[in-house]
Amino acid sequence: MPEKRQMHLGQQLTRAGRWSRAGITSGPAALWLGIFLALPLAAILAISFLTRGEYGGVELPFTFDSYKRLAGFGELGFDSLYPVVLGRSLALGMATAVLCLAAALPLAFFIARLSEKYKGAALTLVVIPFWTNLLIRTYAWQILFSPNRWLTVAAHSLGIGTAGEALYPGTLAVLTGMVCDFLPFMVLPLYASVEKMDWTLAEAAADLGADRWRVFRHALLPQIWPGLGAGFILVFLPATGQFVIPDLLGGAKTAMLGNVIQQQFASSRDWPFGSAIAAVALLLVLVGLAIFQRKGSKHEVLP
Amino acid sequence: MQGERHLEPQKCSVPLAVEVVSLLRQFGSVVALSGVSLEIRKGEFFSLLGPSGCGKTTLLRVIAGLDLPDGGLIRISGRDAAEIPAHRRPVNTVFQSYALFPHLTVSDNIAFGLRMKKIAAAEIVDRVQRVLALMQITELATRKPAQLSGGQKQRVALARALVNEPEVLLLDEPLGALDLQLRRQLQVELHQLQRKLGITFIMVTHDQEEALVMSDRIAVMNGGKIEQLGSAREIYERPRTRFVAQFIGQCNLFKADVRPANNGDILARTELGEFSVSNVSKDPTRPGSFMAIRPEKIQLLGGATCGMKNSFAARIEGFTYCGAETRYRLLAGQQTVNVVVMNREASAVFQPGETVQCLLPAEHLILLDA
Repeated sequence: MPEKRQMHLGQQLTRAGRWSRAGITSGPAALWLGIFLALPLAAILAISFLTRGEYGGVELPFTFDSYKRLAGFGELGFDSLYPVVLGRSLALGMATAVLCLAAALPLAFFIARLSEKYKGAALTLVVIPFWTNLLIRTYAWQILFSPNRWLTVAAHSLGIGTAGEALYPGTLAVLTGMVCDFLPFMVLPLYASVEKMDWTLAEAAADLGADRWRVFRHALLPQIWPGLGAGFILVFLPATGQFVIPDLLGGAKTAMLGNVIQQQFASSRDWPFGSAIAAVALLLVLVGLAIFQRKGSKHEVLP
Repeated sequence: MQGERHLEPQKCSVPLAVEVVSLLRQFGSVVALSGVSLEIRKGEFFSLLGPSGCGKTTLLRVIAGLDLPDGGLIRISGRDAAEIPAHRRPVNTVFQSYALFPHLTVSDNIAFGLRMKKIAAAEIVDRVQRVLALMQITELATRKPAQLSGGQKQRVALARALVNEPEVLLLDEPLGALDLQLRRQLQVELHQLQRKLGITFIMVTHDQEEALVMSDRIAVMNGGKIEQLGSAREIYERPRTRFVAQFIGQCNLFKADVRPANNGDILARTELGEFSVSNVSKDPTRPGSFMAIRPEKIQLLGGATCGMKNSFAARIEGFTYCGAETRYRLLAGQQTVNVVVMNREASAVFQPGETVQCLLPAEHLILLDA
């Protein structure tokens, strides 16, 4: 009996068989994504073209008003508020991703070069902050950035901030909080690609005349590009929508994408406008990722 | 230091490609190179041959600049290499794993070294084309390494190194990953290529056949030291140590007491009788304690031919038919003797159980240290 079964597994499946196997293995996930991702996305896209109802719902007719308003051309003439919010959020996401990358790259190389014994411990240390709630971690930064705390004093002695004053609210505080929150998302995928790196390629590049920088650029970077891309996406996407940290460490005065969207669906009850912001944010992010990916797969080709 | 003698100015007129003087390299408590000295001439095909862990790859990497020695001296074309970092040494390496850049096409892989040297684009295209033609891989130019077979990768790796026109080409087990058929073919090709280009080749290999077939000279390494350095013929016919005799080819060893004979030969007394040894290279007073002979140098004689000089009687235990030759396993006293006989006749000459005479020609006997 078991022998016969193995034979069956090895055989070419019929067309119907292949479909039913695909259905069994991938069906649940596809169904899940269909119901909880594709449908809501389609709904958001549809709602963004509808008109706000009298009491908060949505109604016809189809209109581009929400998008016009988002671009700054509202009923009261030009207003740069929303484009600025959008730009600010994307800039925060980008800055967070770049800073995380700068911090994670050396760290990933360092951990990958550790002996097996210490690798596990090092990776645990990277992940440990996750075990604490985000809010608590962010409030902790408020305390550390308070006037006369050792961190604040140390920063002042380095010429950062004004002596006697707190370091938050401020851009520096926001970025610190963001980088600390998102660093593991960058370190882990980067580490995964550094770990399985073929170091002979670095030797080959050096042997062919590449100096240190060009060894990195031509032999190592192409190998960690997938991990780097994954890390960038994992940090950039949520960082763009993040508004708790900017609120708590930035002083709750600056509107971010996340809290503007939240406002539209909650207090303002303007679903079409909220949907439009979400759709545009998603579009911008996708365009950014497409550019990033195109750049990653591009390489020199001899004429 | 034993290197003192080598530090004197060169008297030899042959220009040297690489000169290595009492090179030391340790990894923790493991000694990879313990005072290796050798001179590699310009334009020769030189092989470093030895079992794994003998230090041959370390020596190659130190010459390439990919590893730094703990002591000693390397000169490449007369210049002290200690001051030249790997990326500026006039040497290129063909790596065992080929180490082709997976994200680059064959052309771009080959152009890599030239690009690093900032050579003009037009010249790069020209030189890449020429080396593609030389290696007969022009049609592979636009492929990625993942789309190549092992033999093709090997050619690309060679092309990528050769396009830089290095003074010395270093090859780390270049044919190690290929199947036997292809290896044999590439051995010949590589040898011809080296002759054609006149570039100094230094090859690391653990395959004795490969070294014998391709090299002008071979350094047999063991335990971080050079056991013997010489031409393929010297190494095979006149091994100087037991290690060399047994590592390269097969060898029959007999314990022996050695003393000079009246006619200038040497007499070796073994359990199987006394043998006269003629072709003793130098240093005849050296107390050899082993007598050795290659299996194919022994002549088997059937019938009763007792009383012949340099011979003993042995019983055939078994044989293996190998097509071109037959390998006999004989027993003489307690000693197993291996004999290889070319198959000139269509039928087997000797059968198991038969007693034959083994004739050991004096000129083929070798004396070795313990």
